[in-house]
Amino acid sequence: MSNLAVGATTDPGHSSDDPSRRDFIHIAAIAAAAGGAAAVVWPFIDQMNPAGDTLALASVEFDLGKVMQGQQVTIKWRGKPLFIRNRTPAEIAKAVQDDNASMKDPAKDADRTKEGKQQWMILIGNCTHLGCVPTFGGGEYGGWFCPCHGSVYDTSGRIRKGPAPLNLALPEYAFLTDTRVKIG
Amino acid sequence: MSGHSTYQPKTGFERWLDSRLPIIRLAHDTAVSYPTPRNLNYWWTFGGILTLCLGVQIITGIILAMHYTASADHAFNSVEHIMRDVNYGWLIRYMHANGASMFFIAVYIHMFRGLYYGSYKAPREVLWLLGCIIYLLMMATGFMGYVLPWGQMSFHGTVVITNLFGAFPIVGEAITTWLWGGFAVDNPTLNRFFSLHYLLPFVIAGVVILHIWALHVVGQNNPTGVEPKSKADTVPFTPYATVKDGFAMSVFLILFATFVFYMPNALGHADNYIPANPLVTPAHIVPEWYYLPFYAILRAVPDKLMGVLAMFASIGCFFALPWLDTSKVRSLRYRPTAKLYFWIFVLACLVLGYCGGRLPDDPVIPGLKTFILGDSDPNSFVWLSRIATAYYFAYFAVIIPVLGLVEKTLPVPETIASPALSHPAPAKTEA
Repeated sequence: MSNLAVGATTDPGHSSDDPSRRDFIHIAAIAAAAGGAAAVVWPFIDQMNPAGDTLALASVEFDLGKVMQGQQVTIKWRGKPLFIRNRTPAEIAKAVQDDNASMKDPAKDADRTKEGKQQWMILIGNCTHLGCVPTFGGGEYGGWFCPCHGSVYDTSGRIRKGPAPLNLALPEYAFLTDTRVKIG
Repeated sequence: MSGHSTYQPKTGFERWLDSRLPIIRLAHDTAVSYPTPRNLNYWWTFGGILTLCLGVQIITGIILAMHYTASADHAFNSVEHIMRDVNYGWLIRYMHANGASMFFIAVYIHMFRGLYYGSYKAPREVLWLLGCIIYLLMMATGFMGYVLPWGQMSFHGTVVITNLFGAFPIVGEAITTWLWGGFAVDNPTLNRFFSLHYLLPFVIAGVVILHIWALHVVGQNNPTGVEPKSKADTVPFTPYATVKDGFAMSVFLILFATFVFYMPNALGHADNYIPANPLVTPAHIVPEWYYLPFYAILRAVPDKLMGVLAMFASIGCFFALPWLDTSKVRSLRYRPTAKLYFWIFVLACLVLGYCGGRLPDDPVIPGLKTFILGDSDPNSFVWLSRIATAYYFAYFAVIIPVLGLVEKTLPVPETIASPALSHPAPAKTEA
C-alpha cells in the first residue's frame, strides 16, 4: 500500500498543521493591528481631557472676612462659580429644622457644613439639572432659585423642588484658620 | 433614472479630457441631461436652495475665520472687531449668522416636503438616511457656531447642552469633562468647538455629494409619488429645473437679504451681546429658534435622563421612518386621512417650537389659574409641550404604521403625464 501514499494529497480531516498555523498567523496579525490601532486612537481621544495646567489650577484660598453675615460671595473655581455664604442663625435654624422633611436627595444640614462653622455654606454654584447658576436668596426656601428650569434649593443647598436631581455639590475644602479657607 | 450618458464631446480638447477624466460628462449627466419628473412643484426647489445656503455659509465662514480669535479672552472682542472695524465685516457676519437661520428654514421645508410626498419610501431609504445625517451634522455645526461669539447665551447655552450628556449614568460626568477639556465650559471648549465648526461643513459637503449621488441613482420623487414610466413623464434638468431652481433661489435670497439688511438681530438674542460670564446665568436661557421644538421635548419630560433620551429619540424617529410607514401609496395627495394627521404633526412641531421659547411654568392663557396636575398647572407651557410631544411620538410610532394599513386611499394615476394637466387629484377627465 505504500505506493499509494505518495503525493501531496492531505486528509482534510486532520494532519497538516498548515491551515491552523495560517489561521493563527491571521488572528495574531489582526489582534496586533487592532491593539496597535486602539493604542494609537487613545491619545487622540484623551487629548480632549483636561490638560495638565487645567488640573494644576485646581485649588484656591479665600479670606472669609470679606463675607458679612447674610451675604454671599461668588468666586470662580475650576472655571465654575463657587458660592461662599455666611448664613444667619435664623437660616441655619430653618435648615436644621427641615432635616427630616421629605426631600429628593435627603441630607442633614450638619453634614453639609464643617463642625463649629455652621454659618459657612460653601457650594459649587451650578444647578445639578443642566448647570445654570442659581440666584442667591431666590425661591420659597430662601436658598437659591435656578432661572433656567425652576429648581429651588434651601439655605443648605438641598434640592426641594424642580427638575434638578441632586443637592448643590460640596467642593472639597478645609479651614486653614478661622477666617481662611482652602478649596480644592 | 441614471440611464446612459447622452454627452457628446464637441471639441478636440473635450474628447481628449473625456477619455482621461470624464468630468465634463459627469457635470453634463448630473446637471444638464438628467431627466426630472415634469410635474415637480416649487417645494422641490429647496435642494438647490440648501446647496446655495451651504455655499454661503462656507464662504462667509472662511472669511470670518480670518478675523476671529478662538480664545476665551479675545473671542467676544474679535467679533466686535469684525462688526466695527473689518471692512464689510458687519455684512459678512450678518450673512453668516442669518444664513444659519435661512439654512434651517430651507432644511425644514425640504424635510416636510419629503414627509408629505413620501420621498423616504422605497427605493429612497438611503437617500433619506443621508439627509437625516446631514440634518444632524447641521445641528451640531449650528450649535458649535453659536458658541463662538462667547456671549452670555453662547456660554450658558453650551453649559446646558453639554450637561445633557451628564444625564447618562456612570459615564455622564466623564463625557462632560471630556467634552469641556476641564471642569467647566472654558477656553479649551471654545477652541475645540471652533476647530469642529470649521471642519463639519466640509463633512456636510461630503455627505451632500453622497445624497445627490443616491438621488441620481433612484431618481427624484414627484408630487404624484408615481415613478416616471416613459420619456413623456420627464423633462431634462437643464433648462427646466435649473431655471426653476434659479428663480426660487432669487426669491429666497430676497427673504435672506431682508433679514441681513433690515432685521439682522431679529432671530438672535440680545443677551449674546453681553460677554460670557460664568458666574451669572441669563434670566431666560433659550437656544436658537431652530432647536426650540427639541428643547421643548427635553423640558416636557420631568426626569432628566428620560428627557434627554426623548430629545434624541425625537430625531431618531426620522431615521426609522422608512420602515415605520406601511402605506403602499407614496404621496399624501392620495391619502386624505394621512394628510390631516400630517398637518396636525406640522402644527405640533410649531407648538413645540413656541413652547420651547417660553418659560415652562408660564400660563398659555394669561391670567387663568386652574389646578395643579402632577407638577404644574394644566394651563402652562410645560403641559402644552407634553401634549405636543405625545402627538409627535404617536405620529411616528402609531399613526404612520397603523394608517398605512387601514386607510382607504384615493386612486393613484397611472403615469405622471396623465394627471399633470388635471391637477388637483383625484384625476378628473377634463383635458
